[in-house]
Amino acid sequence: MGLNPRGKLLLSLTALLALLSVVGFMTLNVQSDWGFIMEHRGSRLLGMLLVAITMGLATVVFQTVTHNRILTPSLMGFDVLYVLVHSLALLVWGAEQGTNWPIELRFIAEVAAMVAIALLLFRLLFTGSVRGLHVLILLGMVGGLLFRELADLALRIFDPSEFSIQQGSGVANFNRINLKLLWIGLVCVGLCSTLLFHFRRQLDVLSLGRDVAINLGIPYIKTITLLMLAICVLISISTALVGPLLFFGLLVANLAYWLTGSHQHRWTLPASVLAGIVCLVGGQVVFEHLLSSGLPLAMVIELCGGVLFIVLLLRGVKQ
Amino acid sequence: MNSSPIKHHTVSWLIALTLLVFVLSVISLNVGASRMNLLHLFTQPDDRITQLLFVSRWPRTLALILAGASLAVAGLILQMMARNRLVEPSMVGTVDAAALGVLLCAIVAPGMALWLKFGVATAFSVTGTLLFLAVLKRIPLRSALIVPLVGLVLAGVIHAGSGLLAHQLELSQALRSWNSGDFSAVLRGRYELLWVAAGIMLLAVFLADRFTVIGMGKDFATNVGVNYQGLIAFGVLLVSMIVASTVVIAGALPFIGLIVPNLIRLITGDNLRRAIPLVALAGSALMLVADLLGRVLIHPYEIPSANILAISGSLVFLIILLRGRKQWA
Repeated sequence: MGLNPRGKLLLSLTALLALLSVVGFMTLNVQSDWGFIMEHRGSRLLGMLLVAITMGLATVVFQTVTHNRILTPSLMGFDVLYVLVHSLALLVWGAEQGTNWPIELRFIAEVAAMVAIALLLFRLLFTGSVRGLHVLILLGMVGGLLFRELADLALRIFDPSEFSIQQGSGVANFNRINLKLLWIGLVCVGLCSTLLFHFRRQLDVLSLGRDVAINLGIPYIKTITLLMLAICVLISISTALVGPLLFFGLLVANLAYWLTGSHQHRWTLPASVLAGIVCLVGGQVVFEHLLSSGLPLAMVIELCGGVLFIVLLLRGVKQ
Repeated sequence: MNSSPIKHHTVSWLIALTLLVFVLSVISLNVGASRMNLLHLFTQPDDRITQLLFVSRWPRTLALILAGASLAVAGLILQMMARNRLVEPSMVGTVDAAALGVLLCAIVAPGMALWLKFGVATAFSVTGTLLFLAVLKRIPLRSALIVPLVGLVLAGVIHAGSGLLAHQLELSQALRSWNSGDFSAVLRGRYELLWVAAGIMLLAVFLADRFTVIGMGKDFATNVGVNYQGLIAFGVLLVSMIVASTVVIAGALPFIGLIVPNLIRLITGDNLRRAIPLVALAGSALMLVADLLGRVLIHPYEIPSANILAISGSLVFLIILLRGRKQWA
């Protein structure tokens, strides 16, 4: 089954826009030699592409697994969980000689810890009796707040005088991408997205609901656990690269549903990635070169996402 | 009427809480970066000690008591107006709007008088609270949980907006200090605005019965002859003034208005007249404990009380949610 003509048109337009943004990002206002530009802008571009891919894929898959369109991993506090694990790791490693470890190894250890905690939480929350969606979102949001404040406290106790420097990393920033993690991020994103795309048909079946999926022969628990694992890894990468993004995933996932008008993951997954690229790279081009303003893109995106969330919530309640 | 045993119960709690606040205040007067023992005031009085006491320690302790009590009562009133016990001023946009107001003051006229700043912050938090109540009205059948959910996101959107503004004008650091309240900068001459909050709190005590009626819904309130719209407007003003004064003096102090009323309700039920004195005392006690912890944990540095309040508050919120989940699911 293909897309309807409207979906096809919109999707190809988005793809074109994404391509234009990428080209624009690399070529506009070039004033020095190309070697430097390729290295400087190329690494930032790669970082933003990775964030677009991770957030889009993770959110769409998470929404399929949880059967709804307003719950996202970020709203459930996954990214803040990563920040917490990261701060605690700093606390532990600060005391020992572990700072000598290469950064990639530390990152992998942190992701492993975070995946373990997240899977545990997910098990606790989702395999019990049927619970309202609103309880889950609230638990996630307030839990996220708790994680953030705990991370704050850990940093303050860890080193009170360095606190204000550390705190800067609590807000997403696309101008200060953590380039040291780019290569390991690239590898992980490659693995996870191959996995998720390989699972696209199972995801279509999963979106029909738990019971139907089991009836149709999906090994439910195993598949869900694997998918959650991929989501955790993706979210950790995005958070490690730019910092927590509360509403970005919500924005691109809903854009993807609207663009394709389809439930099939072979369309919604790429659409969410393309929408993410347009938002991030395109937004960066517009802000940097056309408006030449220093407006932080992350904050603008979060603002739009927050408004969208209220709209979705009100609309959902009316139905 | 068999209210006398309950009344007796309330009175003993009142005495216990008063004692608790007294003991905590004495401890608070004795703890700080520089060594001081309250007893020295009587045994070996000298200038340094009286200075320290009356310029720094005493104002700080008093500010803590006033802010804690009035914020707890503000939370209680807001819960009555929203008819939901899972909300509090920092969760519906009131606090973030006040911080936005203070931010705008810092942009337009950095040296603005305190009273003027307070006025602007009040105006903003009134707007924020009314926005929340207006959004609530548009939700026809509201579940108990959608109310705090909408509030949290609304607060988040206002927060993001002021963050953007502050970033543009390089005031992020200042905004952060308004968003995480602490009392380390409170000295004599810098906390007196909180008396306004305390006065408003007293006013709320007199109006307690009416707010109890408001909590029973519009139709009921109108039936028993209460001016519903007028009282809601007045309640919004009271809550906003309390919040604005604490934001101007100390910064945002989250979750006091959530933790305290929910704890006290376990003792007194929904009768406000009986609950308000207990809520005020317990609010002071909580604020004193949070500030003391912040002063002691990484002595001689300080952790903002907002940080400690947010941790304990979100824990309490999670417990309430998990305990009541069968009823909400």
